[in-house]
Amino acid sequence: MTQVPEMLKNPIFVALALIVLLLFAGEMLSPGFASPTQIMRLLIVAALLGIVAAGQNLVILGGREGIDLSVGGVVSLSAIIAGNLMDGQNAGIPLAILGCIAAGALIGLINGVGVTLMRIPPLVMTLGMLGVLQGLLVVIRQGIPSGRAAPGLSQFVTKPILLGLPGIIWLWVLIGLFLAFLLSRTVYGHRIYAIGSNEQAARMAGVPVAAIRISLFALSGVFASIAGICLIGYSGSSFANVGEQYMLPSIIAVVFGGTSLAGGKGGYTGTMAGAMMLTVLQGILTTVNIDESGRQMIFGATLLLLMLFYGRGKAMRA
Amino acid sequence: MMVDAVAKPPRQPGALKRFIERYPFVPALVIMLVLLVLNGIWQPRSVSLVGITGLIKTYMALMLLAVAQTYVVYAGDIDLSAGAIVSLVNVVIVAIMAAMGDSGASVFTAMAAGLAVGLACGIVNGMVVAAFRLQAIVATFATSIFFTGLALWVMPVAGTPAPATFWRTYGGRILEIPFVFWAAIVLAVILYVLSRTRHSLQLLAVGDDAQGAYQSGLPVTAIRIRGYAFCGLFAALAAFCITGDTASGDPLVGGKMTLYSVAAVVLGGTALAGGYGTVVGSVFGALIIGLINSLVYFVGTPSEWQNLVQGLAILVALVAGILIGRRARA
Repeated sequence: MTQVPEMLKNPIFVALALIVLLLFAGEMLSPGFASPTQIMRLLIVAALLGIVAAGQNLVILGGREGIDLSVGGVVSLSAIIAGNLMDGQNAGIPLAILGCIAAGALIGLINGVGVTLMRIPPLVMTLGMLGVLQGLLVVIRQGIPSGRAAPGLSQFVTKPILLGLPGIIWLWVLIGLFLAFLLSRTVYGHRIYAIGSNEQAARMAGVPVAAIRISLFALSGVFASIAGICLIGYSGSSFANVGEQYMLPSIIAVVFGGTSLAGGKGGYTGTMAGAMMLTVLQGILTTVNIDESGRQMIFGATLLLLMLFYGRGKAMRA
Repeated sequence: MMVDAVAKPPRQPGALKRFIERYPFVPALVIMLVLLVLNGIWQPRSVSLVGITGLIKTYMALMLLAVAQTYVVYAGDIDLSAGAIVSLVNVVIVAIMAAMGDSGASVFTAMAAGLAVGLACGIVNGMVVAAFRLQAIVATFATSIFFTGLALWVMPVAGTPAPATFWRTYGGRILEIPFVFWAAIVLAVILYVLSRTRHSLQLLAVGDDAQGAYQSGLPVTAIRIRGYAFCGLFAALAAFCITGDTASGDPLVGGKMTLYSVAAVVLGGTALAGGYGTVVGSVFGALIIGLINSLVYFVGTPSEWQNLVQGLAILVALVAGILIGRRARA
């Protein structure tokens, strides 16, 4: 085996190479696409998706067909809760963060309990939860206005604070470092891989399987709620179902990052690259001058093409 | 409820257990009948001929899409593009009928084209999932984006009306019997015939144990593609009903239906892991969703609370259905 094919098999390398390639292509199609300010804007958008994908990543790593379809609902809900708790005042930020994270954790906890103690398939449990959250959003929006982001939060998300990068990017980097450490250096992280790759063996080895899986769903809710807070900081105010756009892309980012949907294999660094790649691809498609229809067709076809690089199933053998 | 490693002593299955094992849709049927009675208690007119006709007319599309989804779920796959296929077929047939004018020939040409489009979409899905071996969830999400793009290309904005012949027939009567009842009877016959053919059995065999099916000589890839092809065809039929109900073309009309079709399949007692289930259960599942929606309205829930109560009721029904089904099979 030579070095090159090994590198080509590394999803993180593939994703990064594709990002560079896409940036070049974008610059060719519309000069200024790869300018520092544009790249910064893309990074902010990628960070929002990447933070949602962090929780999705953990749930998928935990195996047993782990998936969280409710993340989009949590993002929307968190954005509206944050908007109302802040209502344009910096003083409201701590309360908004606490409230959103508590709500996200609670929703994730309910998902986790349904999946483990009642053994509902994650797809079904989180799909049902998504319906409940969408209904909850309607109720909340009837009673109160959508609220506004505090200026401090908007600055954190959109204005440079350190080394020319906005706070949300630093937050994303911190989450990346934290998860890399968690997954590779802690007992908890190793146990996630253990239950994801062979749950029965993990149980025999004394791993508290149910508790860990519940915690993964709770973390997914927490990460989605953090993304919701940042989202309202980015857009200023929230509108209904603003989080829906993150539901399936968060799964695609995880897959493009080289994490197997079967669980037990992968990590978050790749997912970060996957989130960036998806965002750059969408960025190019919004800059080039084509109809919405052509944009969607190209996007769908490109996603399919890229998937051919990642974790294809095994061929049947007799 | 934890799975324990100690084997349970074998139990003699009771008559009820064997009955549910054999007819997995029975819990769904019971839930549906209970909901029907509750609907009747709160709004007696809802169980009249007019009320039932309205229910079927509105939910025929979801019933058909749930059936479509069932064929891929049989084999352990999933189709997140089912709703996008509905949208695409809807705009294709409306565009053809708008171009050809209001006549019988126009309607039949449009429907033939619609079925062909649905079939083609299904085969594309089957190819990417079974032949290229991509993950069904993400691959069919990608094709759903592509199909939505196609639908937007055919008809960029909603609103082109369908010709009167089409929706008058769908909402009308033949021999004094509402058209949708005829459609339901034809659907029942088709589903019965399909359930007696090897197609359903082969899909279930693949879903139960793909490796085992392969080793016993079944063409697993071809069977999975066929499952997606069935899905595309039934999604096209669902699109006909949507068009009959809304009487117009809308490139995004089906998008919201995808996840409801999955929910209906699960409510009907079919296992998402594949290998176990019935299409008739999915039909009941779709009706359960419809009956929950109407019951929430009839009991006088304030309008802003309706979505939440519906969402909660569907979640409870999903969980209850899975728990009952598992108990019955344990």
